[in-house]
Amino acid sequence: MSALVLADVDLYYHRVQALDRLSIDVQENEIVALLGNNGAGKTSTLSMISGLVRPNAGSVTWRGQDLAKLQPWDIVAAGLLHIPEGRRIFSTMTVHENLLIGGYLVKDQKLIRQRADEAYALMPRLAERRSQQGGTLSGGEQQMLALGRALVGGPKLLLLDEPSMGLAPLVVKQVMQIIEHVRRNGTTVLLVEQNARAALRIADRAYVIEGGSVAMSGTADELAADPRVIEAYLGA
Amino acid sequence: MIEFITGDLFQLIWNGLFVGSFYALVALGYSMVYGIIKLLNFAHGDIYMLGSFIAFVLLGSVIGFLGTASLPILLLVLLITMILTGGIGVLIERVAYRPLRNSPRLAVLITAVGVSFTLEYGVRQIFGPAPEVFPFRLSGESVEVLGGRVSVPQIVLMVIAALLMWVLQLYVMRSKEGRAMRAIALDPRATLLMGVNVNRVISRTFFIGSALAGAAGVMAGAYYGSIDFLMGFTIGLKAFTAAVIGGIGNLYGAMLGGLVLGLLESFGTFVLGGEWRDVFTFACLILFLSIRPTGILGARIAERM
Repeated sequence: MSALVLADVDLYYHRVQALDRLSIDVQENEIVALLGNNGAGKTSTLSMISGLVRPNAGSVTWRGQDLAKLQPWDIVAAGLLHIPEGRRIFSTMTVHENLLIGGYLVKDQKLIRQRADEAYALMPRLAERRSQQGGTLSGGEQQMLALGRALVGGPKLLLLDEPSMGLAPLVVKQVMQIIEHVRRNGTTVLLVEQNARAALRIADRAYVIEGGSVAMSGTADELAADPRVIEAYLGA
Repeated sequence: MIEFITGDLFQLIWNGLFVGSFYALVALGYSMVYGIIKLLNFAHGDIYMLGSFIAFVLLGSVIGFLGTASLPILLLVLLITMILTGGIGVLIERVAYRPLRNSPRLAVLITAVGVSFTLEYGVRQIFGPAPEVFPFRLSGESVEVLGGRVSVPQIVLMVIAALLMWVLQLYVMRSKEGRAMRAIALDPRATLLMGVNVNRVISRTFFIGSALAGAAGVMAGAYYGSIDFLMGFTIGLKAFTAAVIGGIGNLYGAMLGGLVLGLLESFGTFVLGGEWRDVFTFACLILFLSIRPTGILGARIAERM
């Protein structure tokens, strides 16, 4: 059964159409990648799922629940955590405080501490920088902090927006490994990426978005072998 | 010179710190609200005035009932007044500011000025333009501290102010809700993605800021003994000045700015004469805005809370 379903979604910013009858679905415990160029509608899709913007038509459901009716904080409470483009770390808070605020809706203090410890174990670099201000971290460390912050919230679905942006290839690899690890622990992942190569390596399935709707879709292997994808997105 | 140091200097410092702790209490609300929604809430000084008038009514009825009042009763009235002014602050945000959350900042600023007039002339309609005599005056002996004379009420009020600020500091820096408040100041959209109900945190900030201003109003009434519907105007501007001096949007900046402004005024009026007090204060504001608009702490600690 599909966990997340977007059906025929339209989204407008004033008069400008961002999404045009977009339909995608994500199964439980899958990694699904959304590929596409700048302005294709990838970030809009994530913003709409997390309730920052509202669809003008169509439906967005998570495990049968209509998300378009919920406030952003209710969507987080339902287990959908969105790591925005550019990480958006709280720059003057310490690494540890950044992790703690990820557990804002978690009532059990012990659980928050336990998840923070798990994040430190998964990303030892963060543990070394525990009391440093978030803004002083490198881009890769900030991405890891953003991941850790979301993990403390106990995500059922992780929405990732361009986690590889601006990172060195080696760091991209580390970040992708962390995402795979998160999925192995039972979290479903919707991954927006411009780095199609890195995304297709860890994804089960992918959609190529163009002009606000799905241009191509299939398993990651199918798309990686598709000449159109290779030409437009893999730069071969 | 020696005489100045032993006598006047400490007296000036004491006076400055005393007045400064009032400025700091009011400046905190100014600064916190600016920190999270970038609004200069020009109605904030009038919350201070409302605090005085609410306590005036409460104390009046208590005295009518018991025939007398005492420090414990004043503290109880202080607490009730803080809750009421806090609630009024929340209401003002809901009615006047929230509908304009996504409007240009100037629109909200003008609304704030409108709210200020509404409160001032609303109170004038009810209580009249003449000053009211506050029904309870804190009185007590003076004690000599380091060559300066400090009265017991001054000490009591400074201790209350310091306690309130200490609790606030703990709340903002240590608690989960305080963390959410600081997060909104840094990045409201990212905070939304943490599951924070931003509206609720903004309401809470208005509550706290208005409660502190209300407390300062009660304390001012009990100390100066006379209250009027325009008393919030000047202190509002001075609290704004204090917030700017400390670094607006910054919690410690507001506390520091209040004390620094109190000291500046104390020394300024000693040199220039009391009638120059407000001229001196606002000259300081202009000076800071042109030379160091980020305030004392602005550059060192990041811009916001």
